Amino acid sequence: MSSLSDSLVIAQRNVLRLTRIPEMVVFGLVQPIMFVVLFSFVFGGSMMIGGSTSAAGYREFLMAGIFAQTVTFATAGAGAGIADDMHKGLIDRFRSLPMARGAVLTGRTLADLAQTTLTLGVLAVVALLVGWRIHEGIPKALLAFALLLLLGYAFSWIGALIGLTVRTPEAATSGGLIWLFPVTFVSNAFVPTENMAGWLQPIAEWNPFSATVQACRELFGNPGVSPSDAWPMEHPVAASVLWSVLIVAVFRTLAVRKYRRAE
Amino acid sequence: MPGAIYAEGLVKTFGEVRALDGVDLDVPQGTVLGLLGPNGAGKTTAVRCLTTLLRPDAGRAVVAGVDVLKHPDEVRRSIGLSGQFAAVDEYLTGRENLRMVGRLYQMGAREAKARADELLDRFRLADAADRIAKTYSGGMRRRLDLAAALVVRPPVMFMDEPTTGLDPRNRQQLWDVIQELVAGGTTLLLTTQYLEEADHLAHDIAVVDHGRVIARGTSDQLKARTGGERVEVVVHDRERIGEARSVLAGFGEGGTTYEEHTRKLTVPVSGGARLLAEVIRELDARGIEIDDIALRRPTLDDVFISLTGHAAALNGEGGGGGANGGNGGRDEAGADDRTRTAGGPGAPVPDAAAGGKWSE
Repeated sequence: MSSLSDSLVIAQRNVLRLTRIPEMVVFGLVQPIMFVVLFSFVFGGSMMIGGSTSAAGYREFLMAGIFAQTVTFATAGAGAGIADDMHKGLIDRFRSLPMARGAVLTGRTLADLAQTTLTLGVLAVVALLVGWRIHEGIPKALLAFALLLLLGYAFSWIGALIGLTVRTPEAATSGGLIWLFPVTFVSNAFVPTENMAGWLQPIAEWNPFSATVQACRELFGNPGVSPSDAWPMEHPVAASVLWSVLIVAVFRTLAVRKYRRAE
Repeated sequence: MPGAIYAEGLVKTFGEVRALDGVDLDVPQGTVLGLLGPNGAGKTTAVRCLTTLLRPDAGRAVVAGVDVLKHPDEVRRSIGLSGQFAAVDEYLTGRENLRMVGRLYQMGAREAKARADELLDRFRLADAADRIAKTYSGGMRRRLDLAAALVVRPPVMFMDEPTTGLDPRNRQQLWDVIQELVAGGTTLLLTTQYLEEADHLAHDIAVVDHGRVIARGTSDQLKARTGGERVEVVVHDRERIGEARSVLAGFGEGGTTYEEHTRKLTVPVSGGARLLAEVIRELDARGIEIDDIALRRPTLDDVFISLTGHAAALNGEGGGGGANGGNGGRDEAGADDRTRTAGGPGAPVPDAAAGGKWSE
């Protein structure tokens, strides 16, 4: 199947590029680590989680949120990478080759997935160092990481569409980040949704991002699992998978169509 | 039978700009067509339509026997494209670039590897094969780009201003490669704004201006349209112009023209070098001092001026800026040729795109 092999060739190209520009990987790591440290030690003592305000409790609560935020920040990378490609002569080469049409985009998102996996691995080690633990066993923890990676992969397709829509890589970076702040903050990632304004609570609970965070907390056995009876909060694993698959389906279709029509 | 590249009534508009306004082309198998025209004439748009990168608004195109609009994927198997912006990944090595392209032409890994090695040797890139392309000089990048276009030995090649921005030595080397390709039976469509290049490489020339083919023929046919040779004399002393003019009139086959600010007299002649010697002797005998004298044969530039009323390369209003390989004007239809130099006719000026290096 040429579509898959073409995508893998492009993914390999993007991974090779990352090894040639390692600072991109390093910067991708610095930010989430900084967030772990800042949130843990600045906010840590002031947050009430599961009836306690212990800083250790907040750190356990926080990690699922930071993990999820980190994987979604891959959106900006995918967008910038594709915007950059689209404005270089190389894209003409790709478009004049007998290769699968979506492969340039799929290859990019797969390479981003590889980078996200690395980032998540490093971040998990940092989290363990500041006191985060898993309490439900390795298989469930691995399932949680799989959900996180799936979410990151889904969001990189949103980034791909942004990258195809804007004119410069810089615009793709900011365009890929700006909307992530409301999406990640109006969620259960950093604070429990129960304390939010009443009208905001359902938005936070149905936020695709929240489903993954809730699923991770359950699967890691971390405190602060939302007691809400909203469907995504009661069935977070299923909700997380459904949301991610839906996002891939919608944004991949839109992005590939846009790529084909680009001139 | 239509040629290896055939186009009929191609039209492409970008907003208000009619980049292609009914272009017809026919390139017989194994020949080279030079698409000659200034910046913004529509050369690049024509190539982009024929290589499936752009969908024309109207018209029909057949490349390597396949309808471009109906079966673009099939066309892509038979063509190679090399542009003025080296379309290589600058963070990949030369070898990795060629292997990637081979794989995307659906070659197996082993075949792609062998072909990459072969091309690296052929294009004198073997020593630099494992360095990233970013470290290559402009000439090397262009060679790598051409190698990438040749990975599958395509029967039909498109080269969009292949030597724009190259220094004379690299340009000559690229010309040699092109001639070798054509000797091997490849059909080539080449765009250029250098008249000398079309003259040197192309069997047939189509002159393009404002999205239309305004003339076509062999280099000799086009030159014949502007008449024969002429003698040009720059007279040192302005007061002797009248006298010099009457001398030239005695040798000429038509009216003598005079260009005031350069003190240059021009007269159409026939008789070549022998006649030139006679003119010099006569002027000398009368003690008319001359700064310069030349027997000029018509150039394609003369052809261009006589066809369009303006000089070829001086029309580059889209030029100027220093867009360097990146997003220079890609979104703007008017700047479709994506060219930056406005160099004199036949005198390509190496520019920033060559990475500032004139040779490796």
